[in-house]
Amino acid sequence: MNCRSEALEVSVEGRQVDEAMLALLHTILLHRSTGKFHYKKEGTYSIGTVGTQDIDCDFIDFSFVRVSSDELDRAIRKAVGEFKDAMGNGMDGMGQISLEFYQKKKSRWPFSDECIPWEVWSIKVNVVNLANEQERQICREKVGEKLGEKVINIVEVINRHEYLPKMPTQSEVDNVFDTSLKDVQPYLYKITFQITDTLGSSVSTTMRRLIKDTLAL
Amino acid sequence: MMDSDLSPQDKKDLDKFIKFFALKTVQVIVQARLGEKVCTRSLSSPTGSDWFNLAIKDIPEVTHEAKKALSGQLPGIGRSMCVEISLKTSEGDSMELETWCLEMNEKCDKDIKVSYTVYNRLSLLLKSLLAITRVTPAYKLSRKQGHDYVILYRIYFGEVQLTGLGEGFQTVRVGVVGTPIGTITLSCAYRTNLAFMSTRQFERTAPIMGIIIDHFVERPFGNMGHMRPCNYRAPGEDEGAYNGVEDSQEVCTTSFSTSPPSQCVFTVSKAHLKTPKPAVMDTLKVPMMGLAFSHQLYCSRLSYQPPVLVGAADFCHPSTLNAANPHQMGIPGKEGGVPQQVPVQPCHGAQAEHGRVSSCPPADHVPATPSSSGEGAETLSRSIEVKGVSPCDVLETTFTRKVGAFVNKPGTQVTTASLDLPFAAFAPRAYDLEENDPMVQPPESPATSSPLQGSLHSQGSGESGGPAQDDFVMVDFKPAFSKDDLLPMDLGTFYREFQNPPQLASLTIDVSSQSMAEDLDSLPEKLAVYEKNIDEFDAFVDTLQ
Repeated sequence: MNCRSEALEVSVEGRQVDEAMLALLHTILLHRSTGKFHYKKEGTYSIGTVGTQDIDCDFIDFSFVRVSSDELDRAIRKAVGEFKDAMGNGMDGMGQISLEFYQKKKSRWPFSDECIPWEVWSIKVNVVNLANEQERQICREKVGEKLGEKVINIVEVINRHEYLPKMPTQSEVDNVFDTSLKDVQPYLYKITFQITDTLGSSVSTTMRRLIKDTLAL
Repeated sequence: MMDSDLSPQDKKDLDKFIKFFALKTVQVIVQARLGEKVCTRSLSSPTGSDWFNLAIKDIPEVTHEAKKALSGQLPGIGRSMCVEISLKTSEGDSMELETWCLEMNEKCDKDIKVSYTVYNRLSLLLKSLLAITRVTPAYKLSRKQGHDYVILYRIYFGEVQLTGLGEGFQTVRVGVVGTPIGTITLSCAYRTNLAFMSTRQFERTAPIMGIIIDHFVERPFGNMGHMRPCNYRAPGEDEGAYNGVEDSQEVCTTSFSTSPPSQCVFTVSKAHLKTPKPAVMDTLKVPMMGLAFSHQLYCSRLSYQPPVLVGAADFCHPSTLNAANPHQMGIPGKEGGVPQQVPVQPCHGAQAEHGRVSSCPPADHVPATPSSSGEGAETLSRSIEVKGVSPCDVLETTFTRKVGAFVNKPGTQVTTASLDLPFAAFAPRAYDLEENDPMVQPPESPATSSPLQGSLHSQGSGESGGPAQDDFVMVDFKPAFSKDDLLPMDLGTFYREFQNPPQLASLTIDVSSQSMAEDLDSLPEKLAVYEKNIDEFDAFVDTLQ
């Protein structure tokens, strides 16, 4: 099976990185989480209920919906925090955070289990530094609008109803879903990131132009 | 027949899914426009009443409206269910903001499994709806509703009507789900031309407290007719957990099978649930929020009552609470009766400080329930002290909403006799409040045709400047510590946004209408007094410049 790959790109100010990443990652995970499975006899199972929660961003004019699960939220925040730390503070920079959904395929000893991704979301982040409050104010609104567009993109992709792993039997459920959480059950996922240093002036100029266009009045 | 391949059980299930999907769609949309954040809990064990495995509360009134619109039918080909979201201002202007359409087209997916794939995809579509409802422009507007405007919804069934959205409306597709009888599509068409809005500055302006008094008598939103407010709460709705099923008495018990889909077990059982009598909505035209709004209006009127002035303490009307100086000033009991010997200058001082209209003869009117207005009536506090001003002016004073320098001064007995300078008691003192007060917007002169126009744009901030009057002082709004480059945007915005807390609904309104009439009657004499004292005002103004 081919892994589906989707790319999103946002330009944000340093202090907006956390919220922008949380907004997008949570939006994706909202669609990629179900209630907890409860297996019964005869191969049937029931599904728990997923609650949702509105979150307002402090540094961006934006609100998003996430799954009501503190555990999941903590896990995502931790990953985003690490990403932000790696990006550095107060520096212009580029980075990419990837949310990968995968299935585990059990292999025989001595080979370890294979992780086969079936959907990868890559979010490229350009971090800019702004000079004054007026620019920051504009950035708040612009980034809010951009995130709205990204949410629409995400929803569009998800609603293509392309490949999803088959619903697993009880013995296989841990190969498809992350069953470690108490209240919800997202598909198995992992978050990775990479930081790109600005290489050479040409890249910097291109980036600056990109950012200026984004912030253009 | 299109659905000849569908087993009766599948057909029955599919109809049920579509019905409840439609009801849940409406709930999600309306709840997203209530103006509040929505939060529901995840439950690891299914309760049996959470359709599509999502915790979406059911507001009974909304379900009732949706069922009424559907009238027993289901969304189908050529029969769309639409939820129209519109905005209605306190002045009666209304504007459609968006229309959500649940439609079905003829493209069938015969092979799809109803009780498994369709169900899960409908669940996914609801999640997408949750996400998209926070992204369209109406969401931000709905979060700020309450003072200037309310958000209303209307559910209708049949043909989609998009003409009310103005030119250039945009469409966003939430998603599609193929079924054996057609493809369900969910989309939103939203207005992009908010020109009407921008002139009123809804987005960034602080709430406007009052409007022309005679515009509304009782029910500002009384002509809503078929529209329902998004912030209405049916009585008893907040009690306990929601039952996902109202009077349809159907509980969704979902069991899924990991064996091939054809053996999917999906049970829908009927449970006889207590059917609460649906709240009678038809006769209730005014939303509760609307009532609150009317209260606000009336309270605004209330503020126009010139408070009784008995000595300087009357300046400090009990309602003139400042966040910084919460202690009550003034004498709640002193209402009614106007001591004619009250000196005029303190009035002037107060008003000139506010940049208000000139003189203030002692009030003839009984301020209504000052004690009750003391609670949070910061926004009205200014105007309460203004005495004997014309209604127009009083109207405007309300808008400035800033507690002025004289407001919270502890019972200063101001006697004019001892002072040469009319406002000497106040002028030399460096009141901290004055420094931090946002600009006081001078009201337009009573002669203007719509005195409210200027006031509408005045929020006690310097940026929306009104016409400067000779008699009034305009103080620029320069928040402390803000960098003065182009515009002190952030701190200024902060001030503006948080300067005007909403008016409490607890302020009563009954007396206000009469008092307004009395105010109008006393206009000529008030004007005469102002003219008489014009020199003093000028002198005071000079001291301030």
